[in-house]
Amino acid sequence: MARLSNILQLGIKEIRSLCRDPALMLLIFYSFTLGIYLSATGEPEAPFRASVAIVDEDRSQASLRIFNAFHLPYFLPPEFIDIAEMDRGMDAGRYTFTLNIPPDFQRDLLAGRQPTIQLNVDATQVSQAFTGAGHIQRIISDEVAAFVQGYRQPSPEAIEAVVRAEFNPNLNRSWFGSINEAINQITMLSIILTGAALIREREHGTIEHLLVMPVTSLEIMLAKVWSMGLVVLLASVFALRVIVEGWLKVPLHGSLSLYLFGATLLMFATTSIGIFLGTVARSMPQLGLLIILVLIPLQILSGGMTPRESMPELVQNIMLIAPTTHFVELAQAILFRGAGLGIVWPQLLALAVIGSAFFLGALTRLRKALD
Amino acid sequence: MSPVDPVIRLEGVSLRYGPVTALSALDLSIPAGSMVGLIGPDGVGKSSLMALVAGARKIQQGRVVVLGGDMAAGRHRRQVCRRIAYMPQGLGKNLYPTLTVFENLDFFGRLFGQGRQERRDRIAELVRSTGLAGFTERPAGKLSGGMKQKLGLCCALIHDPDLLILDEPTTGVDPLSRAQFWELIERIRGKRPDMSVLVATAYMDEARRFDWLVAMDDGQVLSTGSPGDLLASTGSATLEEAFIALLPETKRRKHRVFEIAPRQPDARVAIEAHDLTKRFGDFVAVDHVDFRIERGEIFGFLGSNGCGKTTTMKMLTGLLSASEGQALLFGNPVDPRDIGTRQRVGYMSQGFSLYGELTLRQNLELHARLFRLSEAEREIRVKEMLKRFELEAVADTLPATLPLGVRQRLSLAVAIIHRPELLILDEPTSGVDPVARDGFWALLGQISRDEGVTIFISTHFMNEAMRCDRIALMHAGRVLATDTPEGLLASRGLPTLEATFITYLKEADTASDTEPTAPLTMPAAPKQSARPGQLAVSLRRMFSYTHRETLELRRDPVRATLALLGSLILMFIMGHGINMDVENLAYAVLDRDQTTTSQAYTLNLSGSRYFNEQPPLIDYSDMQQRLRSGEISLAVEIPPGFGRQLKRGDVPEVGYWIDGSMPVRADTIKGYVAGIHADTLARLSEGSAASPTVEIAIRYRYNPDVRSLPAMAPAMIPLLLMLIPAMLTALGVVREKELGSIINLYVTPVSRLEFLIGKQLPYIALAMINFATLVAFAVLAFGVPVKGSLLTLSFGALLYVICSTGMGLLMSSVLKSQIATIFGTAIATLVPAIQFSGLLSPVSALQGGAALIGHVYPTSHFLIISRGVFSKALGLGDLMPYFLALLITIPILTLFSVVGLKKQER
Repeated sequence: MARLSNILQLGIKEIRSLCRDPALMLLIFYSFTLGIYLSATGEPEAPFRASVAIVDEDRSQASLRIFNAFHLPYFLPPEFIDIAEMDRGMDAGRYTFTLNIPPDFQRDLLAGRQPTIQLNVDATQVSQAFTGAGHIQRIISDEVAAFVQGYRQPSPEAIEAVVRAEFNPNLNRSWFGSINEAINQITMLSIILTGAALIREREHGTIEHLLVMPVTSLEIMLAKVWSMGLVVLLASVFALRVIVEGWLKVPLHGSLSLYLFGATLLMFATTSIGIFLGTVARSMPQLGLLIILVLIPLQILSGGMTPRESMPELVQNIMLIAPTTHFVELAQAILFRGAGLGIVWPQLLALAVIGSAFFLGALTRLRKALD
Repeated sequence: MSPVDPVIRLEGVSLRYGPVTALSALDLSIPAGSMVGLIGPDGVGKSSLMALVAGARKIQQGRVVVLGGDMAAGRHRRQVCRRIAYMPQGLGKNLYPTLTVFENLDFFGRLFGQGRQERRDRIAELVRSTGLAGFTERPAGKLSGGMKQKLGLCCALIHDPDLLILDEPTTGVDPLSRAQFWELIERIRGKRPDMSVLVATAYMDEARRFDWLVAMDDGQVLSTGSPGDLLASTGSATLEEAFIALLPETKRRKHRVFEIAPRQPDARVAIEAHDLTKRFGDFVAVDHVDFRIERGEIFGFLGSNGCGKTTTMKMLTGLLSASEGQALLFGNPVDPRDIGTRQRVGYMSQGFSLYGELTLRQNLELHARLFRLSEAEREIRVKEMLKRFELEAVADTLPATLPLGVRQRLSLAVAIIHRPELLILDEPTSGVDPVARDGFWALLGQISRDEGVTIFISTHFMNEAMRCDRIALMHAGRVLATDTPEGLLASRGLPTLEATFITYLKEADTASDTEPTAPLTMPAAPKQSARPGQLAVSLRRMFSYTHRETLELRRDPVRATLALLGSLILMFIMGHGINMDVENLAYAVLDRDQTTTSQAYTLNLSGSRYFNEQPPLIDYSDMQQRLRSGEISLAVEIPPGFGRQLKRGDVPEVGYWIDGSMPVRADTIKGYVAGIHADTLARLSEGSAASPTVEIAIRYRYNPDVRSLPAMAPAMIPLLLMLIPAMLTALGVVREKELGSIINLYVTPVSRLEFLIGKQLPYIALAMINFATLVAFAVLAFGVPVKGSLLTLSFGALLYVICSTGMGLLMSSVLKSQIATIFGTAIATLVPAIQFSGLLSPVSALQGGAALIGHVYPTSHFLIISRGVFSKALGLGDLMPYFLALLITIPILTLFSVVGLKKQER
């Protein structure tokens, strides 16, 4: 039977060890403050400060009008360039979009001869290429129509589409960006702390010492899970309250306690993964590599960076094993959509199941490794 | 150097570690060409003094003159370190455990700039004379303690030092190996009479042989002189007594002559072993061992290093399971799951295995709690232990800063804090000074006789063995004899236990692996070759680290395999997984008109490949609910009277509700909706409206089909080549710091630059192999061709991986613990490479601090190079600015690493 006092004492020991490493404490502080702030504010707001250059072979009022239609925050101020510069600039990645307005554009336009504007898109910039092109198309159409009709209003449409974004009316990217980054930090920290703590105990022989005492591997593991989980949980509450709500002014909805409950389950899962990796790796260098190999897909494919819907089914299914996939959904639902337990219980259940599976796996491996 | 000049002169030297004073205003002159011993209790500053003399530790106060120069001057240190050899305390602390004996020696030879032939000759000579010749292919980590120390000595001697500094070289070494060790030193001194040797030791019988002794206490010199002088001045018969007599009054009083009372027989058995056997593969570590230990008995285990003592003890504690035979504790078979038995046993392992991050008091308290002592008792016991082992003064310091002897005392205190009935002690007194050892044995005698505690102890000290009730002589996995000490002496008719022991070993040693030694015939020191040109950077020294790092990588093939295979798997998953094309978005319609017109309108949505229709919405609350749950990302509301209004020419409003919780997705949906809506309008007004006034011809360049994969593959390579090589390199330096071999950087001629670049090279090579496999994978598996020059791409990759490995090395140089380094490297690479380098959003679009990082981060530059060469067929000329940026980054990273790394311990 696991004894609570052992678990408590061993956990306190873990926290004390952590406090002995000021550099590590500093790094943790950075990752939950400035780290989140940088990521959240760095990402461009929609649609993305795209770089545009225009080859104006007409130099007319109409082309100038198009030139003036591109402005921040949607587009960086466009540049006038010549044809040669267009190719060079796109090759070097300076411009994602270039427009080529042909000679006599305005004359043809007014004569109703339907001139053609060439829009070149750098398709290697995947994120901007698709949506940006559509956006530019619309701007040109509107401007040209306005120019032709002599007034700014585009022609009235038969049906008006009123588009509203629920939960985040201005589609402010830092809202979600900050939460997503907090989730990244939680995952990274809890996996590294527990995994490395286990390897260090092995490398310094202290684990052997524990095993001749009346302490079981279950107690050793639970102690690591609670102590490191608590540290990360406190750090994430701080990040949420002070950095996300206070500094970044992101309005959060929903029940914070429900979110924290979910976060606790996430940490149960990630700390277990950390210990699991610690039992797989034979040394710290191996562990470091394993951790980075696990963290990369967790950060990129959990649905926080690109929507899950866009991934192939195989990748979507593989990523169901990752606790972060479920937690990203849960965090979105609770913090932005104000969802309650009735809605997020499947994610909570998934987190609990994944956490238990890794916990048991780690425990079995730990016992085997120590016997 | 004339023999009159002292080889070492210290003037007013003080050293403090935080609040602890190690040396206080110490003055000392040590004559050249002699063998000088440093003796004194644990923690009086012997090791600190040696570290200062060797140049391993930074001088805080005072002057240290070694071999005619001031050790505070870096220039002098660099020159003189070729003439000094330093062997730090601890078994094989400066050796590399995964490297073989030969490779370790070869590494040190290279460090001192010796040529291939010279190294071979010297190594052959050294291993032959130390009896390591048969073990050159064995990894250093698998050597026994004595052999490790011999190897350490060989490594120290490879460059013919003029000053040899040995910090407790024979601690934990068995008597036979100890004797061989000193013979070896004698022979070397015979060959090279000019050599000065400075030794710290806890063995007084060793100190007796030295030319000159320095007795130290409390960071100061008590007395100096030949062993004879010391005996005469204190009027003692033995050095041990003289040593005690030299101590100040307060310390001397603690020492009392004691006698362990005779044992009252107790027939109950505490430990029993029957045919106990342990095999590791083909190697039999313990071979059918039998013994029986009665309750209350002090049972000693005596044997050479690596004879199976520790393995036997571990089987008794349940840490190892027996391959054959049985061990009984208190009449029950040893069961590792039996918590009850563990409560009754106290165990102390050979190496220090307590928590370095907890203070002494915290360590004691933790163990008291884990052994379930009540709170009142805990307090009493902790206090008692601190007092009994004289740890009160250092109770609130960390063990890492304390000398070995003090740490051993702490381990002992921990082992007995819960009043166990049985104590299993594996060389508990190694490295402990004579006074503390006596105190410890007095305690053992007391708990054995008064409390009936059974004690199973292994030791290398013969006077300790003599105090046991019975001893077992163990050799090569077998017990040679078990008897009372007197019985053993009688059996061979010899006066001392040491002689008896050695006789037994030699008798048993016909076919086993004790090492024959050969006389030493040191090559006539071709010193010139050991002093290479005074180049700022010696390639040979640099490559010695490259060679060693490569060997370590090869010894651990898992890492390289994991790096190569893991990056391929990640490339596959992420190349497919990162897709900006959002499809299959779930949407539902709230059609409050329910006319054919309204249905026709929504048909456009359901026909789109981007959208996926869900059952219609019933009302507003249903809409709210399903948006909130994330079941749908888009809701469409068609107002009542939509069809009628449209016919009448009014403008009906259709409402679109997008889930904005994930802005990237919401933006895409917004774009799709606008497109589809416009399309619908066009269809409705077909024929009536004029054709569009302007035509826009869109050309998707470089990736005409706008597929994600050709865009992602060239972007994945820079990402993976940052993250994986950085992490591979990251532990290189900090691991040496944590495990101790960093000392070789401190005391050998290798410079920081040589050390760092030397370590970096093998990882650059590995990363280039990684690069090749990733490119091959992109071309063959993804079908994404390299449109430009492969050579240009490879050149860019080379510069880039120098940056990424440099990044790992920088973290490793600056930080102190392995955990912090892993975390730091993850922070420094993951977010900047994934979010700030243009993988998804171009760097030009970023803002604030992210933009700043993005503009200088190497991944940004190589991403442009990779995309440029892969998709745009660009050449070196077009991409020159990005190559230059990488080229500039390399020396900056290296410079920071050099500055962050210390060449001396502080």
